[in-house]
Amino acid sequence: MSYTVLLLQMLDASLMTLRIFFVTLIFSLPLGLLAAAGRMSRFRAIRIPVSIYILLMRGTPLMLQLLFIFYGFKPIFGIQFNRVPAAEVAFILNYAAYFAEIFRGGIAGVPRGQREAAKVLGFTRGQTFFRILLPQVIKSILPPMSNEFITLVKDTSLAEVIGVVELLKVTSDWVSSAVSMVPFAIAGVFYLIMNAVVTRCFGAAEKHYSYYR
Amino acid sequence: MPILTAKGIHKSFGGEEVLKGISLSVEKGEVLAVIGPSGSGKSTLLRCITQLETVDNGEITVCGDTLVTTGPDGSASYSSRAVCSRIALRMGLVFQNFNLFPHFSVLRNITEAPVCVLGKPKGEAEAKARSLLAKMDLSDKENAYPCQLSGGQQQRVSIARALAMDPDILLFDEPTSALDPELTGEILNVMRSLASEHMTMVVVTHEMAFARDVADQVIFMADGSIVEQGTPEQVFVHAQNERTRAFLARFNQP
Repeated sequence: MSYTVLLLQMLDASLMTLRIFFVTLIFSLPLGLLAAAGRMSRFRAIRIPVSIYILLMRGTPLMLQLLFIFYGFKPIFGIQFNRVPAAEVAFILNYAAYFAEIFRGGIAGVPRGQREAAKVLGFTRGQTFFRILLPQVIKSILPPMSNEFITLVKDTSLAEVIGVVELLKVTSDWVSSAVSMVPFAIAGVFYLIMNAVVTRCFGAAEKHYSYYR
Repeated sequence: MPILTAKGIHKSFGGEEVLKGISLSVEKGEVLAVIGPSGSGKSTLLRCITQLETVDNGEITVCGDTLVTTGPDGSASYSSRAVCSRIALRMGLVFQNFNLFPHFSVLRNITEAPVCVLGKPKGEAEAKARSLLAKMDLSDKENAYPCQLSGGQQQRVSIARALAMDPDILLFDEPTSALDPELTGEILNVMRSLASEHMTMVVVTHEMAFARDVADQVIFMADGSIVEQGTPEQVFVHAQNERTRAFLARFNQP
Protein backbone atom coordinates (compact mmCIF):
# COMPACT_ATOMS: atom_id res chain seq x y z
CA MET A 1 0.00 0.00 0.00
CA SER A 2 1.05 3.56 -0.61
CA TYR A 3 1.29 5.60 2.55
CA THR A 4 1.00 8.82 0.64
CA VAL A 5 -2.33 7.82 -0.81
CA LEU A 6 -3.46 6.51 2.57
CA LEU A 7 -2.52 9.71 4.36
CA LEU A 8 -4.13 11.90 1.72
CA GLN A 9 -7.34 9.92 1.96
CA MET A 10 -7.27 10.05 5.74
CA LEU A 11 -6.71 13.79 5.70
CA ASP A 12 -9.60 14.15 3.33
CA ALA A 13 -11.78 11.99 5.56
CA SER A 14 -10.70 14.06 8.57
CA LEU A 15 -12.37 17.02 6.91
CA MET A 16 -15.65 15.13 7.12
CA THR A 17 -14.94 14.34 10.77
CA LEU A 18 -14.29 18.04 11.41
CA ARG A 19 -17.36 19.03 9.45
CA ILE A 20 -19.58 16.84 11.62
CA PHE A 21 -17.81 18.16 14.71
CA PHE A 22 -18.34 21.85 13.88
CA VAL A 23 -21.83 21.55 12.43
CA THR A 24 -22.87 19.65 15.54
CA LEU A 25 -21.46 22.32 17.85
CA ILE A 26 -22.86 25.26 15.92
CA PHE A 27 -26.39 23.92 16.17
CA SER A 28 -26.40 21.87 19.33
CA LEU A 29 -24.98 24.55 21.65
CA PRO A 30 -27.82 27.05 21.04
CA LEU A 31 -30.34 24.20 20.92
CA GLY A 32 -28.97 22.90 24.20
CA LEU A 33 -29.34 26.33 25.78
CA LEU A 34 -32.92 26.47 24.56
CA ALA A 35 -33.59 22.98 25.88
CA ALA A 36 -32.08 23.95 29.23
CA ALA A 37 -34.49 26.89 29.36
CA GLY A 38 -37.34 24.56 28.46
CA ARG A 39 -36.30 22.06 31.09
CA MET A 40 -36.41 24.83 33.71
CA SER A 41 -39.64 26.37 32.44
CA ARG A 42 -42.45 27.16 34.84
CA PHE A 43 -44.87 25.61 32.36
CA ARG A 44 -45.39 21.87 32.49
CA ALA A 45 -46.45 21.89 28.85
CA ILE A 46 -42.89 22.91 27.95
CA ARG A 47 -40.96 21.23 30.74
CA ILE A 48 -42.34 17.73 30.28
CA PRO A 49 -41.81 17.34 26.51
CA VAL A 50 -38.29 18.75 26.87
CA SER A 51 -37.55 16.33 29.71
CA ILE A 52 -38.77 13.44 27.58
CA TYR A 53 -36.58 14.57 24.69
CA ILE A 54 -33.54 14.70 26.97
CA LEU A 55 -34.35 11.28 28.41
CA LEU A 56 -34.68 9.78 24.91
CA MET A 57 -31.43 11.28 23.67
CA ARG A 58 -29.38 10.39 26.72
CA GLY A 59 -31.12 7.10 27.36
CA THR A 60 -30.61 5.40 23.98
CA PRO A 61 -27.39 4.66 22.12
CA LEU A 62 -26.17 7.35 19.73
CA MET A 63 -25.52 4.60 17.19
CA LEU A 64 -29.16 3.54 17.39
CA GLN A 65 -30.21 7.17 16.88
CA LEU A 66 -28.00 7.40 13.79
CA LEU A 67 -29.49 4.24 12.35
CA PHE A 68 -33.01 5.33 13.19
CA ILE A 69 -32.69 8.73 11.56
CA PHE A 70 -31.07 7.32 8.42
CA TYR A 71 -33.13 4.16 7.95
CA GLY A 72 -36.20 4.69 10.12
CA PHE A 73 -37.43 8.13 9.06
CA LYS A 74 -38.44 7.02 5.57
CA PRO A 75 -41.03 4.39 6.57
CA ILE A 76 -42.34 6.45 9.52
CA PHE A 77 -42.23 10.09 8.43
CA GLY A 78 -41.59 9.73 4.70
CA ILE A 79 -38.32 11.66 5.00
CA GLN A 80 -35.12 10.26 3.56
CA PHE A 81 -32.01 12.08 4.71
CA ASN A 82 -28.76 11.76 2.86
CA ARG A 83 -26.02 10.11 4.87
CA VAL A 84 -24.17 13.20 6.02
CA PRO A 85 -27.23 15.29 6.96
CA ALA A 86 -28.64 12.25 8.78
CA ALA A 87 -25.47 11.99 10.80
CA GLU A 88 -25.48 15.71 11.54
CA VAL A 89 -29.10 15.71 12.66
CA ALA A 90 -28.46 12.75 14.95
CA PHE A 91 -25.38 14.32 16.47
CA ILE A 92 -27.06 17.70 16.93
CA LEU A 93 -30.12 16.23 18.65
CA ASN A 94 -28.00 13.95 20.83
CA TYR A 95 -25.42 16.50 21.90
CA ALA A 96 -28.00 19.23 22.48
CA ALA A 97 -29.53 17.01 25.16
CA TYR A 98 -26.22 16.62 26.98
CA PHE A 99 -25.43 20.31 26.58
CA ALA A 100 -28.88 21.16 27.95
CA GLU A 101 -28.09 19.36 31.19
CA ILE A 102 -24.69 21.00 31.44
CA PHE A 103 -26.21 24.44 30.87
CA ARG A 104 -28.94 23.70 33.38
CA GLY A 105 -26.39 22.76 36.01
CA GLY A 106 -24.35 25.88 35.24
CA ILE A 107 -27.37 28.17 35.42
CA ALA A 108 -28.54 26.61 38.67
CA GLY A 109 -25.04 27.07 40.06
CA VAL A 110 -25.04 30.85 39.74
CA PRO A 111 -25.87 32.22 43.19
CA ARG A 112 -29.46 33.37 43.54
CA GLY A 113 -28.29 36.80 44.64
CA GLN A 114 -26.95 37.55 41.16
CA ARG A 115 -30.43 37.31 39.70
CA GLU A 116 -31.89 39.28 42.58
CA ALA A 117 -29.32 42.06 42.29
CA ALA A 118 -30.02 42.28 38.56
CA LYS A 119 -33.75 42.36 39.13
CA VAL A 120 -33.54 45.13 41.71
CA LEU A 121 -31.34 47.17 39.36
CA GLY A 122 -34.04 46.91 36.72
CA PHE A 123 -32.39 44.61 34.19
CA THR A 124 -34.86 42.78 31.96
CA ARG A 125 -34.86 39.00 32.02
CA GLY A 126 -32.98 38.91 28.73
CA GLN A 127 -30.33 41.37 29.92
CA THR A 128 -29.98 39.46 33.17
CA PHE A 129 -29.44 36.23 31.33
CA PHE A 130 -27.05 37.39 28.65
CA ARG A 131 -25.09 40.00 30.59
CA ILE A 132 -25.05 38.70 34.13
CA LEU A 133 -25.70 34.97 34.19
CA LEU A 134 -24.37 33.55 30.92
CA PRO A 135 -20.76 34.78 31.30
CA GLN A 136 -20.65 33.19 34.73
CA VAL A 137 -22.29 30.02 33.44
CA ILE A 138 -19.75 29.68 30.65
CA LYS A 139 -16.88 29.93 33.09
CA SER A 140 -18.31 27.29 35.37
CA ILE A 141 -19.23 24.77 32.65
CA LEU A 142 -15.91 24.78 30.81
CA PRO A 143 -14.64 21.55 32.42
CA PRO A 144 -17.74 19.43 31.66
CA MET A 145 -17.94 21.04 28.22
CA SER A 146 -14.39 20.04 27.39
CA ASN A 147 -15.36 16.45 28.16
CA GLU A 148 -18.27 16.65 25.75
CA PHE A 149 -16.22 18.26 22.99
CA ILE A 150 -13.57 15.58 23.27
CA THR A 151 -16.18 12.85 23.26
CA LEU A 152 -17.77 14.42 20.19
CA VAL A 153 -14.51 14.24 18.24
CA LYS A 154 -14.38 10.52 18.91
CA ASP A 155 -18.14 9.96 18.49
CA THR A 156 -18.01 11.26 14.92
CA SER A 157 -16.58 7.84 14.09
CA LEU A 158 -20.01 6.34 14.79
CA ALA A 159 -21.22 7.92 11.54
CA GLU A 160 -19.47 5.04 9.86
CA VAL A 161 -22.49 2.82 10.57
CA ILE A 162 -24.62 4.76 8.10
CA GLY A 163 -21.86 4.87 5.53
CA VAL A 164 -20.57 8.39 6.05
CA VAL A 165 -17.06 8.55 4.68
CA GLU A 166 -15.24 9.93 7.69
CA LEU A 167 -11.90 9.10 9.23
CA LEU A 168 -12.73 5.72 10.73
CA LYS A 169 -14.62 4.52 7.65
CA VAL A 170 -11.67 5.25 5.37
CA THR A 171 -9.34 3.68 7.89
CA SER A 172 -11.26 0.44 8.24
CA ASP A 173 -11.64 0.15 4.47
CA TRP A 174 -7.87 0.38 4.18
CA VAL A 175 -7.35 -2.12 6.95
CA SER A 176 -9.55 -4.72 5.27
CA SER A 177 -8.14 -4.23 1.78
CA ALA A 178 -4.47 -3.93 2.72
CA VAL A 179 -4.62 -6.39 5.63
CA SER A 180 -2.54 -4.06 7.80
CA MET A 181 -3.15 -2.62 11.20
CA VAL A 182 -1.06 0.48 10.51
CA PRO A 183 -4.01 2.63 9.37
CA PHE A 184 -5.67 2.09 12.76
CA ALA A 185 -2.63 3.43 14.53
CA ILE A 186 -2.52 6.44 12.22
CA ALA A 187 -6.23 7.10 12.78
CA GLY A 188 -5.59 7.03 16.51
CA VAL A 189 -2.91 9.68 16.07
CA PHE A 190 -5.32 11.79 13.99
CA TYR A 191 -7.98 11.72 16.71
CA LEU A 192 -5.36 12.39 19.32
CA ILE A 193 -4.12 15.48 17.50
CA MET A 194 -7.63 16.85 17.11
CA ASN A 195 -8.32 16.36 20.80
CA ALA A 196 -5.01 17.89 21.78
CA VAL A 197 -6.17 21.01 19.94
CA VAL A 198 -9.56 20.87 21.68
CA THR A 199 -7.84 20.51 25.05
CA ARG A 200 -5.59 23.47 24.36
CA CYS A 201 -8.52 25.63 23.35
CA PHE A 202 -10.29 24.83 26.61
CA GLY A 203 -7.12 25.55 28.53
CA ALA A 204 -6.95 28.94 26.87
CA ALA A 205 -10.63 29.60 27.59
CA GLU A 206 -10.18 28.72 31.26
CA LYS A 207 -7.24 31.04 31.43
CA HIS A 208 -9.25 33.78 29.76
CA TYR A 209 -11.95 33.50 32.43
CA SER A 210 -9.53 33.19 35.33
CA TYR A 211 -9.47 36.94 35.95
CA TYR A 212 -12.33 36.75 38.42
CA ARG A 213 -13.57 34.77 41.42
CA MET B 1 -46.77 62.67 51.29
CA PRO B 2 -44.78 59.64 52.44
CA ILE B 3 -42.33 58.14 49.94
CA LEU B 4 -43.19 54.63 50.98
CA THR B 5 -46.23 53.25 52.71
CA ALA B 6 -47.16 49.67 53.44
CA LYS B 7 -50.46 48.61 54.91
CA GLY B 8 -51.39 45.21 56.29
CA ILE B 9 -48.71 43.23 54.46
CA HIS B 10 -49.23 39.50 54.77
CA LYS B 11 -46.87 36.88 53.46
CA SER B 12 -46.74 33.12 53.99
CA PHE B 13 -44.22 30.56 52.89
CA GLY B 14 -45.72 27.09 52.62
CA GLY B 15 -48.46 27.72 55.14
CA GLU B 16 -46.22 29.48 57.62
CA GLU B 17 -47.11 33.11 58.01
CA VAL B 18 -43.92 35.20 58.14
CA LEU B 19 -45.53 38.63 57.83
CA LYS B 20 -48.74 39.08 59.79
CA GLY B 21 -50.05 42.44 58.71
CA ILE B 22 -47.14 44.87 58.61
CA SER B 23 -47.84 48.57 58.17
CA LEU B 24 -45.28 51.31 57.96
CA SER B 25 -44.69 54.68 56.40
CA VAL B 26 -41.46 56.43 55.46
CA GLU B 27 -41.23 60.15 54.76
CA LYS B 28 -38.77 61.71 52.37
CA GLY B 29 -35.34 62.06 53.93
CA GLU B 30 -36.23 59.80 56.81
CA VAL B 31 -34.22 56.83 58.06
CA LEU B 32 -36.28 53.86 59.21
CA ALA B 33 -34.46 51.15 61.11
CA VAL B 34 -36.07 47.72 61.34
CA ILE B 35 -34.71 45.64 64.20
CA GLY B 36 -35.69 42.35 65.75
CA PRO B 37 -34.56 38.78 66.24
CA SER B 38 -33.59 36.55 63.32
CA GLY B 39 -36.58 34.98 61.64
CA SER B 40 -38.89 37.81 62.59
CA GLY B 41 -39.64 38.63 58.95
CA LYS B 42 -37.51 41.76 58.58
CA SER B 43 -35.73 40.63 55.44
CA THR B 44 -38.91 39.23 53.95
CA LEU B 45 -40.50 42.62 54.44
CA LEU B 46 -37.69 44.30 52.50
CA ARG B 47 -37.91 41.66 49.82
CA CYS B 48 -41.63 42.29 49.45
CA ILE B 49 -41.06 46.02 49.13
CA THR B 50 -38.36 45.52 46.52
CA GLN B 51 -40.48 43.01 44.57
CA LEU B 52 -38.15 40.08 45.14
CA GLU B 53 -41.14 38.42 46.78
CA THR B 54 -44.83 38.95 46.14
CA VAL B 55 -47.13 39.68 49.04
CA ASP B 56 -50.22 37.57 49.74
CA ASN B 57 -52.23 40.65 50.48
CA GLY B 58 -51.83 44.19 51.67
CA GLU B 59 -50.99 47.49 50.07
CA ILE B 60 -47.68 49.07 49.09
CA THR B 61 -47.44 52.57 47.68
CA VAL B 62 -44.25 54.25 46.51
CA CYS B 63 -44.15 57.95 45.65
CA GLY B 64 -47.88 57.94 44.95
CA ASP B 65 -47.72 54.86 42.69
CA THR B 66 -49.55 51.80 43.95
CA LEU B 67 -47.43 48.68 43.65
CA VAL B 68 -49.95 46.30 45.09
CA THR B 69 -53.30 46.50 46.75
CA THR B 70 -55.73 43.96 48.10
CA GLY B 71 -58.16 42.96 45.40
CA PRO B 72 -61.90 42.39 45.87
CA ASP B 73 -61.29 38.68 46.44
CA GLY B 74 -58.91 39.43 49.29
CA SER B 75 -55.72 38.44 47.45
CA ALA B 76 -52.95 40.71 46.29
CA SER B 77 -53.55 42.63 43.09
CA TYR B 78 -50.37 43.97 41.52
CA SER B 79 -50.24 46.96 39.22
CA SER B 80 -49.25 46.68 35.58
CA ARG B 81 -45.75 45.63 34.70
CA ALA B 82 -44.91 49.19 33.64
CA VAL B 83 -45.90 50.60 37.02
CA CYS B 84 -44.05 47.82 38.87
CA SER B 85 -40.83 48.49 37.00
CA ARG B 86 -41.20 52.24 37.45
CA ILE B 87 -41.47 51.61 41.18
CA ALA B 88 -38.54 49.19 41.12
CA LEU B 89 -36.36 51.91 39.61
CA ARG B 90 -37.15 54.21 42.52
CA MET B 91 -35.60 51.76 44.95
CA GLY B 92 -32.09 50.63 45.54
CA LEU B 93 -31.28 47.55 47.59
CA VAL B 94 -28.05 46.73 49.36
CA PHE B 95 -27.71 43.05 50.16
CA GLN B 96 -26.12 41.31 53.09
CA ASN B 97 -23.85 39.38 50.72
CA PHE B 98 -23.16 42.33 48.39
CA ASN B 99 -24.10 40.34 45.27
CA LEU B 100 -21.69 42.23 43.08
CA PHE B 101 -21.26 40.88 39.56
CA PRO B 102 -17.98 38.97 39.79
CA HIS B 103 -17.17 39.12 36.08
CA PHE B 104 -17.40 42.91 35.90
CA SER B 105 -14.82 45.38 37.14
CA VAL B 106 -15.82 47.68 39.97
CA LEU B 107 -16.52 50.48 37.51
CA ARG B 108 -18.64 48.29 35.25
CA ASN B 109 -20.58 46.94 38.24
CA ILE B 110 -21.68 50.51 38.83
CA THR B 111 -22.21 51.63 35.23
CA GLU B 112 -23.88 48.56 33.77
CA ALA B 113 -27.40 49.27 35.04
CA PRO B 114 -27.41 53.02 34.30
CA VAL B 115 -26.23 52.29 30.75
CA CYS B 116 -28.36 49.21 30.01
CA VAL B 117 -31.47 50.01 32.00
CA LEU B 118 -31.67 53.80 32.00
CA GLY B 119 -29.95 54.22 28.63
CA LYS B 120 -27.43 56.74 29.96
CA PRO B 121 -24.43 57.49 27.74
CA LYS B 122 -21.43 55.47 28.86
CA GLY B 123 -19.26 58.51 29.53
CA GLU B 124 -21.86 60.10 31.75
CA ALA B 125 -22.41 56.86 33.67
CA GLU B 126 -18.68 56.47 34.18
CA ALA B 127 -18.27 60.02 35.40
CA LYS B 128 -21.03 59.48 37.91
CA ALA B 129 -19.57 56.12 38.95
CA ARG B 130 -16.17 57.72 39.53
CA SER B 131 -17.65 60.42 41.71
CA LEU B 132 -19.52 57.78 43.72
CA LEU B 133 -16.34 55.74 44.07
CA ALA B 134 -14.54 58.85 45.30
CA LYS B 135 -17.27 59.33 47.85
CA MET B 136 -16.85 55.71 48.94
CA ASP B 137 -13.10 56.25 49.15
CA LEU B 138 -12.50 53.64 46.46
CA SER B 139 -11.16 55.75 43.60
CA ASP B 140 -8.10 53.53 43.21
CA LYS B 141 -10.24 50.39 42.81
CA GLU B 142 -12.26 51.13 39.70
CA ASN B 143 -10.43 48.53 37.63
CA ALA B 144 -10.33 45.89 40.35
CA TYR B 145 -12.63 42.89 40.33
CA PRO B 146 -14.91 42.18 43.29
CA CYS B 147 -12.87 39.12 44.31
CA GLN B 148 -9.87 41.38 44.89
CA LEU B 149 -11.70 43.55 47.42
CA SER B 150 -12.35 43.16 51.14
CA GLY B 151 -15.92 42.63 52.29
CA GLY B 152 -16.19 46.24 53.38
CA GLN B 153 -14.93 47.48 50.03
CA GLN B 154 -17.33 45.19 48.20
CA GLN B 155 -20.22 46.49 50.25
CA ARG B 156 -19.23 50.08 49.49
CA VAL B 157 -19.16 49.25 45.78
CA SER B 158 -22.62 47.75 46.10
CA ILE B 159 -23.86 50.92 47.79
CA ALA B 160 -22.34 52.93 44.95
CA ARG B 161 -23.99 50.59 42.45
CA ALA B 162 -27.38 51.22 44.06
CA LEU B 163 -26.81 54.98 44.25
CA ALA B 164 -25.83 55.14 40.58
CA MET B 165 -29.47 54.49 39.72
CA ASP B 166 -30.53 57.63 41.64
CA PRO B 167 -33.06 55.84 43.78
CA ASP B 168 -35.61 57.71 45.86
CA ILE B 169 -35.21 55.18 48.65
CA LEU B 170 -32.26 53.04 49.55
CA LEU B 171 -33.01 49.81 51.37
CA PHE B 172 -30.41 47.84 53.29
CA ASP B 173 -30.82 44.18 54.16
CA GLU B 174 -28.46 43.58 57.08
CA PRO B 175 -25.63 45.33 55.23
CA THR B 176 -23.02 44.60 57.88
CA SER B 177 -23.96 41.08 58.93
CA ALA B 178 -21.34 39.47 56.68
CA LEU B 179 -18.57 41.78 57.90
CA ASP B 180 -16.20 41.78 60.83
CA PRO B 181 -16.51 44.61 63.38
CA GLU B 182 -13.84 46.78 61.80
CA LEU B 183 -15.40 46.63 58.34
CA THR B 184 -18.84 47.07 59.89
CA GLY B 185 -17.77 50.48 61.15
CA GLU B 186 -16.66 51.42 57.65
CA ILE B 187 -20.10 50.66 56.19
CA LEU B 188 -21.99 52.30 59.04
CA ASN B 189 -19.99 55.48 58.46
CA VAL B 190 -21.01 55.49 54.81
CA MET B 191 -24.64 55.02 55.84
CA ARG B 192 -24.36 57.79 58.41
CA SER B 193 -23.08 60.18 55.80
CA LEU B 194 -25.90 59.19 53.44
CA ALA B 195 -28.36 59.88 56.25
CA SER B 196 -26.82 63.28 56.83
CA GLU B 197 -27.42 64.03 53.13
CA HIS B 198 -31.09 63.19 53.74
CA MET B 199 -31.14 60.02 51.69
CA THR B 200 -34.36 58.17 52.45
CA MET B 201 -33.37 54.81 53.86
CA VAL B 202 -34.92 51.67 55.25
CA VAL B 203 -32.33 49.69 57.14
CA VAL B 204 -32.81 46.16 58.43
CA THR B 205 -30.03 45.78 60.93
CA HIS B 206 -28.67 44.18 64.06
CA GLU B 207 -26.57 47.27 64.75
CA MET B 208 -28.53 48.71 67.64
CA ALA B 209 -26.26 51.71 68.15
CA PHE B 210 -26.74 52.66 64.52
CA ALA B 211 -30.51 52.33 64.80
CA ARG B 212 -30.54 54.40 67.97
CA ASP B 213 -28.23 57.15 66.75
CA VAL B 214 -29.09 57.49 63.09
CA ALA B 215 -32.69 56.40 62.59
CA ASP B 216 -35.61 58.81 62.75
CA GLN B 217 -38.00 55.94 63.23
CA VAL B 218 -37.45 52.46 64.63
CA ILE B 219 -39.59 49.38 64.14
CA PHE B 220 -39.11 46.33 66.32
CA MET B 221 -40.42 43.18 64.70
CA ALA B 222 -40.93 39.76 66.23
CA ASP B 223 -42.65 36.69 64.78
CA GLY B 224 -43.89 38.53 61.72
CA SER B 225 -45.53 41.42 63.54
CA ILE B 226 -44.51 44.91 64.49
CA VAL B 227 -44.24 44.88 68.25
CA GLU B 228 -42.95 48.37 68.83
CA GLN B 229 -42.70 51.40 66.61
CA GLY B 230 -41.62 54.96 67.25
CA THR B 231 -38.67 57.26 67.62
CA PRO B 232 -35.39 55.69 68.78
CA GLU B 233 -36.06 57.11 72.22
CA GLN B 234 -39.53 55.59 72.40
CA VAL B 235 -38.25 52.17 71.34
CA PHE B 236 -34.89 52.04 73.05
CA VAL B 237 -35.62 53.89 76.26
CA HIS B 238 -39.36 53.68 76.82
CA ALA B 239 -40.30 50.40 75.19
CA GLN B 240 -43.87 49.47 76.09
CA ASN B 241 -43.73 45.83 75.16
CA GLU B 242 -42.08 43.15 77.26
CA ARG B 243 -40.76 41.42 74.12
CA THR B 244 -38.95 44.59 73.04
CA ARG B 245 -37.47 45.14 76.47
CA ALA B 246 -36.22 41.57 76.59
CA PHE B 247 -34.63 41.90 73.16
CA LEU B 248 -32.98 45.20 73.98
CA ALA B 249 -31.93 44.21 77.49
CA ARG B 250 -28.57 42.91 76.39
CA PHE B 251 -27.89 45.96 74.29
CA ASN B 252 -29.00 48.44 76.93
CA GLN B 253 -26.77 46.95 79.59
CA PRO B 254 -23.91 49.29 80.36
